[in-house]
Amino acid sequence: MGKLAIETRGLKKSFGKTHAVAGVDLAVSAGGVYGVLGPNGAGKTTTIRMLATLLRPDAGEAQVLGYDVVRDARSVRTRVSLTGQFASVDEDLTGVENLLLLARLLGYSRPRGRRRAADLLDAFGLANAADRQVKKYSGGMRRRIDIAASLVVPSELIFLDEPTTGLDPRSRNQVWEIVRGLVAEGTTVLLTTQYLDEADQLADRIAVIDHGKVIAEGSSGQLKASFGAGSLHVRLRAPEQRAEAERVLAGVLEVQVEPSTDPVALSARISDPERVARALAELSRGGIDVTEFALGQPSLDEVFLALTGHPSEETPKEDAA
Amino acid sequence: MNATSAEQASPPVTEDALRGVLLAGERPPRPGPVSTSLTFGWRALLKIKHVPEQLVDVTMFPIMFTLMFAYLFGGALAGSTQEYLQFLLPGILVQANVMITMNTGITLNTDIQKGVFDRFRSLPVWRPSPLVGALLGDLVRYSIGSAIVIMLGLVLGFRPEGGAVGVVLSVALLLVFSFCLSWLWTMLSLILRTPNSVAGVSMMVMFPLTFVSNIFVDPKTMPGWLQAVIEVNPITHLATVVRGLMHGSVPAGEIGWVLVSSVLLVAVFGPITMVLYRNKK
Ligand SMILES: Nc1ncnc2c1ncn2[C@@H]1O[C@H](COP(=O)(O)OP(=O)(O)O)[C@@H](O)[C@H]1O
Ligand SMILES: [Mg+2]
Repeated sequence: MGKLAIETRGLKKSFGKTHAVAGVDLAVSAGGVYGVLGPNGAGKTTTIRMLATLLRPDAGEAQVLGYDVVRDARSVRTRVSLTGQFASVDEDLTGVENLLLLARLLGYSRPRGRRRAADLLDAFGLANAADRQVKKYSGGMRRRIDIAASLVVPSELIFLDEPTTGLDPRSRNQVWEIVRGLVAEGTTVLLTTQYLDEADQLADRIAVIDHGKVIAEGSSGQLKASFGAGSLHVRLRAPEQRAEAERVLAGVLEVQVEPSTDPVALSARISDPERVARALAELSRGGIDVTEFALGQPSLDEVFLALTGHPSEETPKEDAA
Repeated sequence: MNATSAEQASPPVTEDALRGVLLAGERPPRPGPVSTSLTFGWRALLKIKHVPEQLVDVTMFPIMFTLMFAYLFGGALAGSTQEYLQFLLPGILVQANVMITMNTGITLNTDIQKGVFDRFRSLPVWRPSPLVGALLGDLVRYSIGSAIVIMLGLVLGFRPEGGAVGVVLSVALLLVFSFCLSWLWTMLSLILRTPNSVAGVSMMVMFPLTFVSNIFVDPKTMPGWLQAVIEVNPITHLATVVRGLMHGSVPAGEIGWVLVSSVLLVAVFGPITMVLYRNKK
C-alpha cells in the first residue's frame, strides 16, 4: 500500500434540502486511476469541488496529498489541478490564449509561457486550432484543451470530472490514452464517470456512489466478485422452449433465472460454478437445443443494478450543476 | 464545418509527445498579486478584442444621452443649448461612467455561470485577482466611454476652461471612483443567480443614484428634503468635482469627499464580495 493521495471521512454537503454528498469516506492511494462511478446527480461533482477546495464541506474531513482541504487549501491548490465537468477554459479566447493565460498565472514569463502553450497544443494535436476561439472547437478538441489546461504545470493529482461524457468513441479513446499517459508518468488521476465500461477499463479502484453515498468500493474485479461468482448466459434455438429452459435452470442452479429482452436468451447469476455443467447437461437431456452459452463475470451494469436497485442512467441528462 | 477539418488534419495524441510535454513542465516561482491581477486584466482586453459587441454600451449610450439632454432640455433649462452644455457635459461624463460600471456585474455573473471561474478559483493565485483583473480591464472601457463623451462635447461646443489638465485630472478621478463603485456590482453578481436579475437590480440602484443628484440640474429649486438627499449622494460630489476641475477650479474639499467615499465603497463591498466569492457554490 502506497501513501494516500486522498482521504475523506464523513464528507457532507447539502444545498438546501438536497443532500448532494451525504457522508463520503474515500481512501485513494497515490498513483493510478481512481474511478468515481455514479449516475447523474449522484454527488460526483460536489465531491470533486470539495476536494479541489472550491466548496467548503458542511461536515467531515478531507485530506488531499496530506493537506486539509479547509485549513490548508492553499497547499492543496498548488499541488492539484482540476478539469471541471463544464467549460473549464474561456470559450471566447483562442486555444493558445487560454494556455498562455494559465501559464502566466502560474508564473511563466511571457516567452516561456508561449513556448509551453505551443508545446502543449502540439502534444494534444491542437496546433492547427491554436488561434481559433475555443467555442469553435469540436467536442473532442474541447476536452483535449480542457485537459491540456490542467497540465501547464506538473501536478501530483489531477481531477477529471466526467472527461468523456458526450464524446464520440474516437475522441473518448483519445482521452483514455491521455489518462493512461498521465498515469504512466506517475500522476494520480481521480476521474468521475457515468460509464461503467470506462471505470472498468481505466480505473484501478472504483467507488460507486449514489445519492451522495459510497455504496461499494474496490477494484473492478472485487466489485464483480463480491456480487457472486458471475453469471451464465444461454441462447436457445427455439424461443418456445425458453419457459421450459428457465424451469430447468432454476431447478439445478437454485437461483432466479432472468429472461432477457432477446426472446431466445436467458441469464442467471450463479453462486456455485460447478452446477453449471450439470445444468447444461440437464438442458440437453430435456431436448432443449442450446446454440450458445457463456460463463462470465457480471458486468458493472449488473453490479450497479444489484447495488442500487435501479439501473444506471446510460443517457446523461444535462443537469444544472 | 471547419472544426471537423482541423480535427482530421491534426495528428492524434501520441504517448511520446505526451510524455515529452509532461516531463518538460516546470513549476516557476509563484507570481505576486499585481502580476496575476494584470494577467486577468489582459484576459479582459482579449475578450474585448474577440467580442467587440460588448463595447456598445460604452459607445452608444454616452452619445445618446449627450445629444438627448443637450438638445431636449438645453433651451428650457439654461436658456441655450450651448450654455447648458457647459453645465451638462461633466455631469453626463459622470453618468456615463457610472452606468458603464453596471456592466461589470453582468459580465462577472455570466462568467461565473460558465464554469471557467472554477478553474481560476482552483489556482494557487491571490484570490481576489480574477475580480481585480476584470475591474482593471473595465478601466479601458471607462476610458473609451469618457473619450467619446468629451470628443462629442467638444464638437458640440463644450469649452472646458480648465484645459487639458483639468479634463485629464477629472477623468482620472472618475476612473478611481468607478473602479471602487464596481465592487458594489461584483457583490450583487455573486448574490443574484442570473445576469438578468443582476441587470434589473443594478438599474434599480442606478436610476435614483444618478438622477437624484446635481448631474442634470442645479438642485437649488428643489424642495429642502430632496436637497438633503442629493447632498449625501456621492454622485453629487463627484459631479461637482468633475465640473470644477473641467472649468478650472480645484474644489479640494469635494475631492476629499470623493476619495473618502471611494475608499469606503471598496472597504465595505470589497470584503463582502470576497467572502461571497470564497463561499460561492
Ligand atoms: N450549486 C448547487 N446548488 C443547488 N443544488 C446543487 C448544486 N450543485 C449540485 N446540486 C445538487 O446536488 C446533487 C448532486 O449534484 P452533483 O454533485 O452535480 O452530481 P453529479 O456530478 O454526480 O451529477 C444534485 O441533486 C444537484 O442538483
Ligand atoms: Mg457532475
